[in-house]
Amino acid sequence: MSNEDNIKQQLIEKFSALSDKIIVKRARRIFAEVSLADFPQVFDFAIKKLNFSILTAITGLDEGTVFGVIYHLSTENGIMLNLHTTTPRDNPLINTVTNYFPAADAYERELVDLLGIPVEGLPQGNRYPLPDSWPANQYPLRKDWKGQMPVNKEESK
Amino acid sequence: MSNYDFIVPIGPQHPALKEPETFLLMMSGEKIKGMNVRLGYNHRGIEKACEGQTYIQDLYLIERVCGICSHSHASCFAQAVEEIAGLELPKRALYIRTLIGELERIHSHLLWLGVAGHEIGFDTLLMYTWRDREIVMDILALLTGNRVNYSINTIGGVRRDITTEQIPQILKAIDTLEERTKYYAKVATEDTTITARLSGIGLLSHDNVLKLGVVGPTARASGVKRDVRKDDPYAAYGEIDFNVITDDHCDVYGRTLVRVGELMESYKIIRQVLAKLPEGPITVKAPRKIPVGQAVSRYEAPRGEDLHYVKSNGTDKPDRVKVRAPTLANVQAVAEMLKDRYLADMPIVVAAIDPCFSCTDRMTSISTADKDDKTFMSWPKLRTYSIEWYSRQGVDFSDLNKKFKAPGI
Repeated sequence: MSNEDNIKQQLIEKFSALSDKIIVKRARRIFAEVSLADFPQVFDFAIKKLNFSILTAITGLDEGTVFGVIYHLSTENGIMLNLHTTTPRDNPLINTVTNYFPAADAYERELVDLLGIPVEGLPQGNRYPLPDSWPANQYPLRKDWKGQMPVNKEESK
Repeated sequence: MSNYDFIVPIGPQHPALKEPETFLLMMSGEKIKGMNVRLGYNHRGIEKACEGQTYIQDLYLIERVCGICSHSHASCFAQAVEEIAGLELPKRALYIRTLIGELERIHSHLLWLGVAGHEIGFDTLLMYTWRDREIVMDILALLTGNRVNYSINTIGGVRRDITTEQIPQILKAIDTLEERTKYYAKVATEDTTITARLSGIGLLSHDNVLKLGVVGPTARASGVKRDVRKDDPYAAYGEIDFNVITDDHCDVYGRTLVRVGELMESYKIIRQVLAKLPEGPITVKAPRKIPVGQAVSRYEAPRGEDLHYVKSNGTDKPDRVKVRAPTLANVQAVAEMLKDRYLADMPIVVAAIDPCFSCTDRMTSISTADKDDKTFMSWPKLRTYSIEWYSRQGVDFSDLNKKFKAPGI
């Protein structure tokens, strides 16, 4: 059995809900759908037991009624586990992973700024990457955002 | 953080910086006690713009994420799209991509060596390396038609073939560069200016590299043997023999040695690529509409691992493109490297991660709904704005202003 299948097997043994949610796309690429409720346990297990010690990036997606968040984890030998989870659009909220990966805060701030997904437990800090004067409730990576900004009469004077 | 006496603001615009970013350094005397980094000034909305254009248009847009590692981003994006479309690339195309990728690494590392020399006041090294960098720039122009933004990639292969007449020209240039690099290796290890100024500066332990997820030569200089070319081979790297250069100095000196070592490996790779260059076509036909799917692509850019995520929706435009450039993974380590170090170390330590903030930021020009709105700032207004801006960051210039109040301002 290949390493990838082995990882898939171990995940399914531990989390039965994942039995039809894991796809090995090609060598070194595993994609898994995880519910937001199961996510902390799966994430913890992948890092501590399956040696996914590198967080390469976090991608935020606008998927209509929900926002998708993909955590791109990697092992030392190049196998990637892409954990996809969702949070409802009308009340989005995810938990921070900076307790595992301190460097994740830049990726999480992108979710906050560009998609408007609040991250619970994110340490205080500067916003990234939008300017401090960016108007509230404007999230560029949302599909309904078309690049038209409200005019701030005060500032343009 | 109350153990500091004053803040030295560096940026957004500052002579020590090559690109806009802000470092607020909390100082106690000459020592840096803490820092506050603000990025985002180069955000141009490239990820959003990609969603509104076709895959081929995106390829050229993505190439402009960065001026130095443009081939890295374009290849990384093309790989992801090709994976979704299920395209099997001809061997020759993969070899040409590898060749351009390594030439790009050479030009980037030579550029870095010059900048590092400049930051420590060793401008002779800058003049030498940038003169030699012209050799590789000329070769890139010969092969692709352009010195930067080579546009050699297309979805499904490469756009230009390499002719048999070009091969001896490349080999000759590589011979010259190898000779020069041997000299730089000698300079880096024997010149007292370099060894004395770079040793022990910007220390980053092996454990901190792992904890902070540092990538590229910065990680390899702390003894972390990570290189996407080996760990997750793409293009032709699976068939090429090369070493991953690591070093145990954990400081700026180590980062210099790793980059010089990588230059030598790049020459080795280029010679193998040219010797093994398979015959055949250079492209496969790619569909205009890419089927529904997603892919994650990794690429070892000169600065470290570059990651692209592409999601398609069955049309000729992607649904989402995500770019994670290497500097975003490295910039957070700078605070660790500068802790309790002297202010004068800041320029070289920042330069030593070979930062590229335009890669990191990618984003939006704002068009207001009111098209006739023309906003100009007068000089006094701009000055007031900057004083207010800094005071919001906790830097107060009011005392200084009283002391140096120039007439008429």
